Amino acid sequence: MDRLSQLENLSIHLLREAYANFNNLCMLWSIGKDSTVLLWLARKAFYGHIPFPMVHIDTHYKIPEMIEYRDRLAAQWKLPMVYGENSDVLESGMTFPEGKVDRITCCSKLKAEALKYTLNGEWTRYRFNHNKGDYEVDNDREMFTGVIVGVRADEEGSRSKERYFSPRDKENNWDVGDQPPEFWNQYKTDFAPGTHVRIHPLLDWTELNIWEYIQRENIPTVSLYYDQGTGKRYRSLGCAPCTNPVESTAKNVEEIIEELKTGKFANIAERSGRAQDNEDGGGLETLRRDGYM
Amino acid sequence: MNIRSQMTIVITGHVDHGKSTVIGRMLADTGSLPEGKLDKVRRDCERNSKPFEYAFLLDALKDEQSQGITIDSARVFFSSKERDYIIMDAPGHIEFLKNMVTGAARAEAAFLVIDAAEGVQENSRRHGYILSMLGIRQLCVVVNKMDLVDYSKKVYQQVVRRYSKFLKNLEIEGVSFVPVSGREGDNIAQPSDKMDWWTGDTVLSLLDKFRKEATLEKLPFRMSVQDVYKFTQQDDSRRIIAGTIDTGTLHRGDELILYPSGKKCQVKQIESFIDTPPLSAEAGEATGFTMEDQIYAKRGDVLARVGEIQPSVASVLRVNLFWLGRKPLEQGKEYILKLGTDRVKVQLFDTLRVIDASNLNTDTMKKMVERHDVADCVLSTQRAVAFDRVDVQPTTSRFVIVDDHEIVGGGIIREAIKDTLTEDRDKAMELNRQWQIGNIPLSEKARRYSNKAHLLVISSHSGNKKDLLGKALERRLYDRQCQVFYLGYHPEEVGSDFGDSRRRKKNTAHQREELVHRMAEAARLVLLMGGIFILAANDLTRQELDVISLVVATKKITSCWLGNKELCDFAADIYMSEDVQVEDLVKKIEKELTNKDIFNS
Repeated sequence: MDRLSQLENLSIHLLREAYANFNNLCMLWSIGKDSTVLLWLARKAFYGHIPFPMVHIDTHYKIPEMIEYRDRLAAQWKLPMVYGENSDVLESGMTFPEGKVDRITCCSKLKAEALKYTLNGEWTRYRFNHNKGDYEVDNDREMFTGVIVGVRADEEGSRSKERYFSPRDKENNWDVGDQPPEFWNQYKTDFAPGTHVRIHPLLDWTELNIWEYIQRENIPTVSLYYDQGTGKRYRSLGCAPCTNPVESTAKNVEEIIEELKTGKFANIAERSGRAQDNEDGGGLETLRRDGYM
Repeated sequence: MNIRSQMTIVITGHVDHGKSTVIGRMLADTGSLPEGKLDKVRRDCERNSKPFEYAFLLDALKDEQSQGITIDSARVFFSSKERDYIIMDAPGHIEFLKNMVTGAARAEAAFLVIDAAEGVQENSRRHGYILSMLGIRQLCVVVNKMDLVDYSKKVYQQVVRRYSKFLKNLEIEGVSFVPVSGREGDNIAQPSDKMDWWTGDTVLSLLDKFRKEATLEKLPFRMSVQDVYKFTQQDDSRRIIAGTIDTGTLHRGDELILYPSGKKCQVKQIESFIDTPPLSAEAGEATGFTMEDQIYAKRGDVLARVGEIQPSVASVLRVNLFWLGRKPLEQGKEYILKLGTDRVKVQLFDTLRVIDASNLNTDTMKKMVERHDVADCVLSTQRAVAFDRVDVQPTTSRFVIVDDHEIVGGGIIREAIKDTLTEDRDKAMELNRQWQIGNIPLSEKARRYSNKAHLLVISSHSGNKKDLLGKALERRLYDRQCQVFYLGYHPEEVGSDFGDSRRRKKNTAHQREELVHRMAEAARLVLLMGGIFILAANDLTRQELDVISLVVATKKITSCWLGNKELCDFAADIYMSEDVQVEDLVKKIEKELTNKDIFNS
């Protein structure tokens, strides 16, 4: 079995373990390439069906193409699509783009906090109504006890220590110093009330694996990843004000794979275009402890 | 597409013996570090006025650096000319043994680092022992810090001798040794010029010599059922048995046996998402298939193929385990056993010996298995489970134990021990394997009849009231259009009264056993037909009820006890007084069956 198939099979196994063990399960979909690969794997695992909600945390500062693509696929693939947001902060304008707070604070409000209260059901969720083709308030406010997330171990330091099944306490905190053992396909599927488990089926994938798989499976991706003639493309997607494209003329999946293989980016972090990571020494790590993906 | 092969390696060893330094050095010497990383770490060290160490390169997290020890198995991606590697840096501190286990269990081969100056230490042995239990068969021992012992051949050979002696007891083949200095870079990526007595490998060249593990697809077929899918949206009517193949290869049309029940089924089609359905699927594939037959399968069942070595089924297991829990493993306490996808309550039945992993001394007196102990024990599960003995198929012999939401131990099953139900279980499995039954699913039968298949057991200490009750109940259910059948057992002669199991003589005990088994088989037929079977006998014991439930192979059983509760040996669903009118008893049972949704309204 080749490497991609090995990765694919392990991911499907993990998705099925999650589905068998958690009654209130959801999958986070950031619209990026990784979680879109994850969505594709879920369709494979459950034979074309997605038996849990796809949750997107909308900061309303996302690059417009991303939202367009999200809703197009949601309709086309009949996805149980849900989004959540931090409406208080958005209304009051206490955000970085408005010049009121720094990047890290903005991220922790619009993403980490919105995520926390969307997952535990305290804040309003919006669900895509396939008949109307639009979102409406979701009456289901139950807490998600299992959350599937598309993080990869090779993205940066703190993610290299993640488990496939990683517990979070009531405050969404990740105790990196005391993680559960995980061996022989046995994972942490038992959890105390009020806590939840993050499930990471893509942990062993690399950036190159993701693109190779997108090519092999012909998975639709957002156009922002490709050079549209400006000599630039996005390597990692986020909010428009804090995400910068990289210098690259890769116009399609094949060219991106070629580019990655040449080692052009070997010494540059994948998330280097994400400004919040560089705020202080451990920007992303601090965010992650607080529940950021 | 040219995709490089990949291998996962773990680095283990005693705390401070220099695992992280060896990896850090390897990354630096092979140019595998991100640009500027080495300089940044050097600058950080200068700023904090501490000497630079290669180990710092790996310590990606803040709290870890401050403690100066690896607390978790950090993954490092690294490529040689041969292939890509994921290197897991496992912590050597005993507190973090569970993290070491996590890292090591994913690996195909292991490095174990021993400090030449300190020699073989507690965790050098403990890690070696656990690596062998985890099933790691390729090991390379890295004798580090040779610079501290003046690159002495004698010191090196002494470590090799000591550790080889220890390894002899473990089932690890292909052990190699190499003398290195992580700090100075000797024999890491480049051969050392300070040890002219060494002409062997470097760590890097040994890495490339590890073989990919022998393939699992050639072994007998095993698949742990992960789930049974029936997604009805978009008119999908498939009922798919899903799971990842543990060993062997699955083909369309294969005749399979489902364990622990022993029921047979045939693969109709291996399912797929958008590709054409494949003709086969092999070990490691997360697959799923539809069946020709409508037999009941559930998560936790184990599938094997007809004609191959079959798995064992038992409820008393002789195991080797390592314990990670803060609280010791104790007798009389209930834990959860997870084996494949199965999950069952388990208790420690006996501790045969506790091995102090640090020196492999055994303590046969000690009955408690404490944190970080390795032990040889007997476990008893609440019901029978399907598995393989470790010498038959290691993959399906592995289990973990869960306590208070946490995985607290792991182990391998060495053998199945006979229990009181073994014979009945074997008989029932034989029936299941050999009987051929039709394809009409029970759910379809239930739609035609007014009831679902169910077994009702009535027992009392004496008297014939249960007989009257059984017959009255049969009449009542029959009038409700149910498929129902009553069978009571009434002892023939006074004197050979084997209706009273507590006073029965030895020669009649066997007769009673035989009779219970036969009644259960009769019940099984009626249940397979979709009917309600009412079985009545005096003084049924818990053991006999277990036998009955084994033979009928269903959990759809309601048990009633008539009379003094004190005399009842089993946990009945309904207790009834003998003074109540038969009609009222009938109503009571009818109500219970209604609650259990037995009747189609």
